[in-house]
Amino acid sequence: MPAGTMYRGREGMWSWVAHRVTGVLIFFFLFVHVLDTSLVRVSPEAYDTVIATYKNPVVNLMEFGLVAAILFHALNGLRIIAVDFWAKGPKMQRTMLWSVVVVWVVLMLGSIYPVLQHTIHQLFGKG
Amino acid sequence: MSTATEDKHSAALDAAESGATQHVTFRLRIRRFNPEQAAEPVWVDYELSMDPKEKLLDALHKVKWEIDGTLTFRRSCAHGICGSDAMRINGKNRLACKTLIKDVLGKPKNGVYKPITVEPIKGLTVLKDLVVDMDPFFQAFRDVMPFLVAKGNEPTRERKQSIEDRARFDDTTKCILCAACTSSCPVFWNDGQYFGPAAIVNAHRFIFDSRDDAGEQRLEILNEKDGVWRCRTTFNCTDACPRGIQVTQAIQEVKRALITRRI
Repeated sequence: MPAGTMYRGREGMWSWVAHRVTGVLIFFFLFVHVLDTSLVRVSPEAYDTVIATYKNPVVNLMEFGLVAAILFHALNGLRIIAVDFWAKGPKMQRTMLWSVVVVWVVLMLGSIYPVLQHTIHQLFGKG
Repeated sequence: MSTATEDKHSAALDAAESGATQHVTFRLRIRRFNPEQAAEPVWVDYELSMDPKEKLLDALHKVKWEIDGTLTFRRSCAHGICGSDAMRINGKNRLACKTLIKDVLGKPKNGVYKPITVEPIKGLTVLKDLVVDMDPFFQAFRDVMPFLVAKGNEPTRERKQSIEDRARFDDTTKCILCAACTSSCPVFWNDGQYFGPAAIVNAHRFIFDSRDDAGEQRLEILNEKDGVWRCRTTFNCTDACPRGIQVTQAIQEVKRALITRRI
């Protein structure tokens, strides 16, 4: 049976959806990360070759996405812990969520250059 | 002892007494399902002209009584106490009898209102139109022993309780078992085995009652894999509750009682 319209939940529901999505993304990253790091056991040269293929703008952009996912998951995770263990948590959840979003935006702006400098230098040359 | 107020008519009272109502024309888009006619539910639009200050339940009545008598939905008291008419109105769980048409109508675009959608609550099997099978919901309610269990030291008169002890569970006494919370929960949609917010709220009402002796037993029931730990704090239940119960907070209090083993 088709489900009808989507349930119109508020911030709480969407933060949960975002938490799930970022969690799954981080899991897939860790999966690949364990694989490529374990290549050191095969041979250091093989490891170097694989890591060298990561040095391109596309993977760099994915790294930026990874920073975004981890930052949101970490900050929202702290909010969920507060909701669970702090008596005023459930009442303050909306305020805490918007605080999480603000901190997330600030940290994302701050991470643009450190994370993307390789691509910036590659595309626009060294200033 | 009342003083005459007839000479102090307010403008609002004048308007009310004149009987003048501003009718608006809008469409009610109802998700209808009749297993005897079709395997799939369909959306059906009904055009109504009504006073927007009336309740959405009045709009459903108008459809049932004047347009199509086969429309099926539950309602009983029509005043937000019996909890029969929880449904999904414009995508959110509400009681049709506590929702005014003007509050879900929105603003008209070129003089035309967007249709108000009405669907059955999610996560329970639809039997016909807006009627769902409530048995799994009430089974979860029964499973948490929603009644006073007291042994020994039977008082000769009433069981006394301090104001503070009574305030402890005041919020969760308000539940009317309408299922708006449980059927707004994404965890419940995906797995009907989860006890759901309503059952936990009603367990909370007795767990934190100083006169009750079965708190430990109820905590053990809610410590199982389909108990409170399935809660993902989406706050949909708190937003949906027509009685304004802080549902998520009640669930968190049960979680904390399980961790600290202190009631």
